[in-house]
Amino acid sequence: MSTVVDIRNLDVTFATDAGNVTAVNDVSLTVSPGEILAIVGESGSGKSVTAKTILGLLPDTAMTSGAVLLSDRHGAGAHDVVQLTGDRLREVRGRDVAMVFQEPSTALNPVYTVGWQIAEGIRAHEKISKRAAKARAVDILRRVGIPEPEKRVDYYPHQFSGGQKQRVVIAMALVLDPGLIVADEPTTALDVTVQAEILDLLRRCRDEFGTAIVLITHNMGVVADLADRVAVMYQSRLVEQADVRTLFTAPREEYTRNLLASVPKLGAGKAAAPVVSDRMRDRQPDHADPTPVVEARDLRIIYPGRLGSPAFNAVQGVNLRIHQGEVLGLVGESGSGKTTIGRAIAGLTPVTGGSLTVLGREMLGIRQRDFRGARSEIGFVFQDPATSFNPRMTIAECVAEPLIVHGRARDAAAAKPRVHELLEAVQLPRTFGERFPHELSGGQRQRASLARSLALEPRLLIADEPTSALDVSVQARVLELFAELQREFGFAALFISHDLAVVDLLADRIAVLYQGKLVEEGSGSAVLGSPQHPYTKRLLASLPVPDPVEQERRREELRSLRAAE
Amino acid sequence: MAGTATPVSARPTIKPTLWQRLPLVSHLRQSIGLQRGMLVVGMVITAVIVFAAILAPVIAPYGFAESRVDGVQFGRQQPPSAEHIWGTTVGGYDVFSRVIWGAQTALLVVIISVLLSIFAGVVLGLVSGYLGGWLDRILVVIADAIYPFPTLLIAIVVSIVLTGGESSLWGGVLAAAVAVTVVFIPQYFRVIRSEVVRLKAEAFVESAQVIGSSTARIMFLHVLRNSTRTLPLIVTLNASEAILTLAGLGFLGFGIQPTAAAEWGYDLNRALSDTASGIWWTGVFPGISIVLLGLGLTLVGESINDIADPRLRTRKRPTKGVPA
Repeated sequence: MSTVVDIRNLDVTFATDAGNVTAVNDVSLTVSPGEILAIVGESGSGKSVTAKTILGLLPDTAMTSGAVLLSDRHGAGAHDVVQLTGDRLREVRGRDVAMVFQEPSTALNPVYTVGWQIAEGIRAHEKISKRAAKARAVDILRRVGIPEPEKRVDYYPHQFSGGQKQRVVIAMALVLDPGLIVADEPTTALDVTVQAEILDLLRRCRDEFGTAIVLITHNMGVVADLADRVAVMYQSRLVEQADVRTLFTAPREEYTRNLLASVPKLGAGKAAAPVVSDRMRDRQPDHADPTPVVEARDLRIIYPGRLGSPAFNAVQGVNLRIHQGEVLGLVGESGSGKTTIGRAIAGLTPVTGGSLTVLGREMLGIRQRDFRGARSEIGFVFQDPATSFNPRMTIAECVAEPLIVHGRARDAAAAKPRVHELLEAVQLPRTFGERFPHELSGGQRQRASLARSLALEPRLLIADEPTSALDVSVQARVLELFAELQREFGFAALFISHDLAVVDLLADRIAVLYQGKLVEEGSGSAVLGSPQHPYTKRLLASLPVPDPVEQERRREELRSLRAAE
Repeated sequence: MAGTATPVSARPTIKPTLWQRLPLVSHLRQSIGLQRGMLVVGMVITAVIVFAAILAPVIAPYGFAESRVDGVQFGRQQPPSAEHIWGTTVGGYDVFSRVIWGAQTALLVVIISVLLSIFAGVVLGLVSGYLGGWLDRILVVIADAIYPFPTLLIAIVVSIVLTGGESSLWGGVLAAAVAVTVVFIPQYFRVIRSEVVRLKAEAFVESAQVIGSSTARIMFLHVLRNSTRTLPLIVTLNASEAILTLAGLGFLGFGIQPTAAAEWGYDLNRALSDTASGIWWTGVFPGISIVLLGLGLTLVGESINDIADPRLRTRKRPTKGVPA
């Protein structure tokens, strides 16, 4: 038997309120020992369901047909996971196939030590003394790169950082030395720099343990970095399967080509393009008024600590300016304070020190009532379009809200012509106004969200990770629209993102935040072309590019960069 | 992809009409099997009693305080017969008529108490949860303080305070209703408050703040409309508890005088001594009525709870394949 898992004609159907929904339709896949197979596709394409079938992890409402032949660790035989139940299924899980989850902070039980949780997996399959199990836990933690494993085996999950937690989860998966690991978006919840480390670790899993990996991801950069072979899923079908280099250089299917084309590429953006600098120069005379829309001087924002714990300095002395009609891209990892700055500018988080002037108003110590007037000049686009709309109101009512609140329209009916205009501006059909938010897809909702934020023709737009909850293909569309609207309306914008490539597409200038401090600021070509600060360099090098050959070269670069530090 | 098409909008969805979206109707449409059975049984029992209450003047052969017809006494503790199909009580009233009229009193108390406690509880919960601060702390402490009291004890105290011992129809009904209300307000308060606290952190509330909406507008338009999902469940469960509290009050002698209105708990109390002498009809019928109405409302409430929760709701299985 030369395959670790052999999926044959798999069909999965879910019973839902709206009737039966086919999640996986006639999918056949094989994974060889020591191979890394990436399954890519947008959300709802069935990639996760396919992977979960390998572990028999589907809920009761799912009906499966076809076969998933999972071979024994020793290659002695194979089981059809679809037919297994109860104890037999439990035997296979962990021993023959293990899982790495997306969100490491929820995949670990917070009330047990990590050593206990790793030992739990061993003891479920083998009769082994507590001491021996712990010794193996220490050993596996060392092998996944946790420093001082003898001491940290007794730590609780909250004592680890996000990246280390993911290492622990991978250790749990590896401890029984399974033939196959299913990794469901293992790096999506992590920062780019940490992601690069985890990808390295997964590669080592394969090289040192000989484990085959089924990698589920929507990030083409991750695919290019790690995978040997790629399977593309679209609308619950397998549309294309190919060797990673073949797929990236010569995609066969139209869908794959579109998918690859919509991935934002570093250096291809407008910040680097000469056309934009022309535009910047053109714009100068129009905006003779030198007062910036937003100006922060030594801005400090402190979140008060709970009783007994120290306060958290989210933003520590940041200086930045956003001029009229300019798009400033704010980049940083989670916890760097980028969202806090955006919220402070919108008046959602109080400023605790320094000075922040927004549209001529000093935000330090401002009262909500005094700021209300300025709100009509600020638009805000939230990260998750699914939660930023009132679920009980139609899209038209939601878009009309700002008009009604600021007295531009008496009620939703009076605001209708303007709402139609706005929906047209964001390229949504008028009829969508009658729908409720849950009846729209993520990309459509985010466009409606743009329409709402532009309703009052603001001078300043704050976009907080507006595309990070969207699929790549949809993201490209929304970003394009954002750029178009910015050209048309000429508003100043603060574009917050963790994705350098996305910022690169839109921003006139880029500011890099690291641990609450502004470490680098400048034009796109300056920051991306010749980064000065070591963090910016590392951030740039960590970003996986959707090109396997190029990515291999960058990986070496990153390694030398890390060695130099 | 360059295209804007999405699989979500491609599927034609049939929009349920307003009627089909009403609480009980939508639940019935979603349910199958045992859950549907429970819901239907509960709804039928409740509906029968509601009809009995509405049509009491037509159905009941006598008034609730009638003890003679054409000057002739009914006689006390008469066994079921052609004139009095469920017999007569120790006070000489027709049991059947009093049970039917009793449904009116019971439902009146349920409606008044649920309405009062919904309004008070929801408004308090909304204000407390959204504004927070010292007001929130005080209200939570008060609600917590009411919780550990036995329902019946508060009900008795409130009914004495309200009526001073005498009990007309409205006096008795209001006393019982207010007593039940006082006990239920903390429940609505807590449920709504926790929903509001959760919703307050949602992005759509923040987006309303960013737009510049006033606090009142955010509270009532954005938060309140999204926090009422669990209400039908508590309403039905509380309604059945209201019945039991009213019956308990009546049984303990804090209810309504027989001349003012018919009340099942009071009749049970009067039937207490009958049981020893083998007179079963005076106690059994009001007792069964209490059990049935309580059961009907609880069944409705419990099945709404199960059906509203997608994890508890049973669904039709797809026909082909193996269960995963």
